[in-house]
Amino acid sequence: MEHRKRGRKLSRTASHRKALLSNLSIALILHKRIETTVAKAKELRMYIEPLVTKAKSAFKVKDSEPAKSVHLRRIARKKLKNDEAVSVLFNDIGPKVVDRNGGYTRILKTGFREGDGGDTAIIEFVDFSYLDTAEQEKTDKKSKKKTVKSTAEETVDEGVKKTKRKSAGVKKSEKTTAEEKPKKKSGKSEKGSFNKARDKSKSKNNEEESKD
Amino acid sequence: MAHPKRRQSKTRGRKRRTHYKSTVPSLMSCPNCGEMKMPHKVCLSCGFYDGKSILLPKNK
Repeated sequence: MEHRKRGRKLSRTASHRKALLSNLSIALILHKRIETTVAKAKELRMYIEPLVTKAKSAFKVKDSEPAKSVHLRRIARKKLKNDEAVSVLFNDIGPKVVDRNGGYTRILKTGFREGDGGDTAIIEFVDFSYLDTAEQEKTDKKSKKKTVKSTAEETVDEGVKKTKRKSAGVKKSEKTTAEEKPKKKSGKSEKGSFNKARDKSKSKNNEEESKD
Repeated sequence: MAHPKRRQSKTRGRKRRTHYKSTVPSLMSCPNCGEMKMPHKVCLSCGFYDGKSILLPKNK
């Protein structure tokens, strides 16, 4: 009988449910706030609050009982299949919630989703301001973009130099230079599709240059 | 499998469906911006709930 059994099934098998809750927890820890359905948010609360408590007590006993602190970290790693999330939980979130006795998360209902009409909610950590985290994520994205751009430009520049040298020195057919380049670049470029598109356009330019 | 013996009359079907009713959603005016919103939910026009700014409204 289903009587007195705690928790929601969320229309999933046990393993699927476990994976879902783990993934939602990782997302919440990394972003500090996520939007999902009310039912999932409430299940997530039951899953993640004990983990935050572990992070908190690990912070408390960090100096007196380091072995216990590591043990707690390993228990959390079992539930969160992500090393980055575990380190954020224990290094950032744990110390920040030391003075709070439970209730680390807040669920806010945000109406109904267009499409399937699911009732949606925001779940967030009480001790993190959404404006701060949003701004930080923006800056993170910007810095990431910058690094990607700079690396792409570097690789392209190198490619141009090489082709120039080749065209100046030994006369090679255009086809071989065109074939060689993308291979070299694809090894260096970090983000595939974005850089590939760039490389293509650049390699065209290079062909024109070698014609000249 | 069992099948119905007779086609159901229009009256019977309609009588059964008299209990299908739509309800008016309970709404209240947002204490922050005055827009109508559902109780216990974040106001989506100003992004406030419980006197605090929760999210930035999308189309403003």
